[in-house]
Amino acid sequence: MKKRIAEFLVGLAFGLGLLLAGMADPGKVQGFLDLAGNWDPSLAFVMGGAIAVSFFAFAVARRRTTAWLGGAMQLPTSRDIDRRLVLGSLMFGVGWGLAGFCPGPAIVAIGAGHWQAALFALAMLGGMALHDLAGRRPARVAAAPE
Amino acid sequence: MTIAFAHFTPWASLAGGLLLGAAAAAFILLSGRVLGISGIVGGLLQARAGDRGWRVAFLLGLVAAPALWSLFAALPEFRSTASPALLAVAGLLVGWGTRHGSGCTSGHGVCGLARLSPRSLVATLAFMATGFTTVFLLRHVFA
Repeated sequence: MKKRIAEFLVGLAFGLGLLLAGMADPGKVQGFLDLAGNWDPSLAFVMGGAIAVSFFAFAVARRRTTAWLGGAMQLPTSRDIDRRLVLGSLMFGVGWGLAGFCPGPAIVAIGAGHWQAALFALAMLGGMALHDLAGRRPARVAAAPE
Repeated sequence: MTIAFAHFTPWASLAGGLLLGAAAAAFILLSGRVLGISGIVGGLLQARAGDRGWRVAFLLGLVAAPALWSLFAALPEFRSTASPALLAVAGLLVGWGTRHGSGCTSGHGVCGLARLSPRSLVATLAFMATGFTTVFLLRHVFA
């Protein structure tokens, strides 16, 4: 139960961070991606701030085998820079640019009652399900290399 | 290029980023997991027993954030111009793409870069490149 409360609170903090950062507004995200237009550089500050803080946590996490609330430290082990990583990321970027949504902000915007976010998230779940049905599981959980 | 000073929010965005970083830091240290939204959502689709609770708890927190926010301040501006068809196509691409590439802006863009993962650097450069290109085409070529 303590773990579930902690996970809920982390999700809540992350959601508040997305709202404060401006990420939950697709227009602001597209304003950042619009280099050739009226460019809004704000989101570079979001990423910079987030990385600056979490960098230290990952440095600590690397030296540990267990998490503070118990259980194993589960840092990704895959190191392959392969076609699926690049192709998947390229596709993700196209969708991100088209709608101005990435997964986290879309879920936060559902909480704010925006139907556009709900429609996007439903399609996103569909895309994920289709991907897994096609037997193309993410590299992270693949048992054997291709 | 011109800078959109009317919409530029360096301090709020930096503060939001620090909070996102703090949440990612708390998540890895407390529960031993990388905070990547696409992975947390996508994992629900094939979750084994015992692997679902933490995902649901986190996502409930995420979806509850606007309610807590609105107790203290008006919710931020929301400008979505995409048609329903475009939203559906974008969602499919984001769903398939993040599953195929094992991450999104949070998992690769924040946590991966903070871990100095070369894999995540490549992924981030890739989705940034197509993100910039897509908005360029959307706003300046096919507008």
